[in-house]
Amino acid sequence: MSLLRVNDLHTSFFTDAGEVRAVNGVSFELERGKILGIVGESGSGKSVTAYSILQILAETGKIVGGSILLDGQELVGAGEKVMRTVRGNKISIIFQDPMTSLNPTYTIGHQLTEAILLHTDRNKSQAFDRAVEMLTLVGVNEPQRRMKQYPHEFSGGMRQRVMIAMALACEPDILIADEPTTALDVTIQAQILELMKALQKELGMAIIMITHDLGVVAQMCDEVIVMYAGSVCESGTADEIFYNPRHAYTRGLLRSIPSVDNAGQKLRPITGTPIDLLNMPNGCPFAPRCDDAMKICIRERCEMMRINDAHAAACWLNVRDAQQSAAKEE
Amino acid sequence: MTAQNQTPLLDIRHLKEYFYISTGPFTTKPLKAVDDVSFTIRRGETLGLVGESGCGKTTVGRTVLQLYKPTAGEIYYDGKPVKTAKDLKEFRTKATMVFQDPYSSLNPRMTVADIIAEPLDVHSMCKTKEERRDRVLELMQYVGLNSEHASRYAHEFSGGQRQRIGIARALSVDPEFIVCDEPVSALDVSIQAQVINMFDELQDKLGLTYLFIAHDLLVVRHISDRIAVMYLGKMVELADADEIYEHPLHPYSKSLISAVPVPDPKIARANQRIALKGDIPSPLNAPSGCPFRTRCPYAVDACAESMPEFRELSAGHFVACHRADEINS
Repeated sequence: MSLLRVNDLHTSFFTDAGEVRAVNGVSFELERGKILGIVGESGSGKSVTAYSILQILAETGKIVGGSILLDGQELVGAGEKVMRTVRGNKISIIFQDPMTSLNPTYTIGHQLTEAILLHTDRNKSQAFDRAVEMLTLVGVNEPQRRMKQYPHEFSGGMRQRVMIAMALACEPDILIADEPTTALDVTIQAQILELMKALQKELGMAIIMITHDLGVVAQMCDEVIVMYAGSVCESGTADEIFYNPRHAYTRGLLRSIPSVDNAGQKLRPITGTPIDLLNMPNGCPFAPRCDDAMKICIRERCEMMRINDAHAAACWLNVRDAQQSAAKEE
Repeated sequence: MTAQNQTPLLDIRHLKEYFYISTGPFTTKPLKAVDDVSFTIRRGETLGLVGESGCGKTTVGRTVLQLYKPTAGEIYYDGKPVKTAKDLKEFRTKATMVFQDPYSSLNPRMTVADIIAEPLDVHSMCKTKEERRDRVLELMQYVGLNSEHASRYAHEFSGGQRQRIGIARALSVDPEFIVCDEPVSALDVSIQAQVINMFDELQDKLGLTYLFIAHDLLVVRHISDRIAVMYLGKMVELADADEIYEHPLHPYSKSLISAVPVPDPKIARANQRIALKGDIPSPLNAPSGCPFRTRCPYAVDACAESMPEFRELSAGHFVACHRADEINS
């Protein structure tokens, strides 16, 4: 059984301008000990998917449909009491901006031990020891001294290490990393990514890596889902997504990034701009920007179709492959 | 080698920019944001400037245009020094800037037409209203904006379109040289590619010269002819774009380039990253000698004693490292 199974998740924000369907039918599974990447541009619903899993949405946001099964336990509609035992204990999150996600008025030690005291039955001195141990684990030098310092005395990379230490202090099964390195420089990013990978191997947890950077995905992830306008347009193993993309949006994304192969050539960007979530079309949300759009794409939305064991995409162009794949299974 | 014998379009010599930070009621301390940087840019070339946050790359861009008054150093444009106020006014009709943040660099109270035409008004470059209007429409067409949107305000546009407005503004005085300060880092990948292509096309069409500042090394490599790497206010390496990627000489450039996440799983898995220890020191307490020595795996005693000279190790490949010969042989 998968550790986490998200099925047909719908999350909407109810604003004055109308209902914004930020997440519109997202399904995926996460196995124990794997790293899943969620890729997409701003507004694609990747962060909202993560916040829905932890139910830490803004007040106007609501899960309006679907199910989230953690180890077989349904989380949608489970209530705040259950969620409190899930957050931090079973699923932790690190946020994008390490500058604003720590409280500037408390010491690092206070904030770390607070999380440990809340979620475990350790006493204060045990919690302190655990916090020091966690800081050592994430590579903070002189942890005893650092415990007494405030967030402003830490650099960006160090703060992100503290956030990781805090998230891992209660040994969660799943770590959600929401753009964990976007605010950091490349050499610091490399340090943090290596650290996350090493800790993942050591502690055997699963990671959901939310990012817009395909380079980070290539380096970190086993499985990838690509999101566009609130829904999944392609999912599969990292190799399938990068070497055999079967959705026009994924192909467009891969073509848009400068690389060694297209040096000196023109990039081939995706034309147009992302759609307005308030006015979603009936057909494929990507059809207005797609070079290969057909009549059916405008009329009717394509469901996810299996292309092979390790790959599925929501594009009408794959109908023949999907039929072959289905025939093979029979 | 006729191209190299020509007078460079821009010649920067020993540029310094110190900000004085107060450390007590009567004491200040210089923050050496840019410390003795020299480089040239040839006509029609794109020079990429990379480095991590706080290394002084943006300050170089701004000081070159004298948005900050340089603490020391000389700026020669087309062989002539830019010194007096008169020089500067003329220089600014030839050299303009595109800013990083398309949200805060456009005045929310001005229409797109007024934003784009502001440099024209400042330099009184349009005699009649019709001329001004025609120029604005022409510029909007250059950058792919719909001319019907001239009377709208900046908040009605998306990030990518706002950046196009910023570029149209930079182009309005018909410049030869543009400083592009992280022009695509605030944009999504698919939009980023559109804007990068536009920079390429404009360069071909108008014969522009760019100083392209960015922290995304893949983008810089794509757009630049030559690349300069900065660390803690100093320039540590300068070479052709392909050369610096394939044969970086400075230990910092080596680790910087190896740290770039390559969007290709097989290469990424095989990639041996050169991990650096620690963080960038504060520019207020920069280490003595070579600024990189505190994190450098090759540092020796000599590195603490003197700042290595910025020397040409092979043709067109400059590096500032005492041990560049040894560690690359």
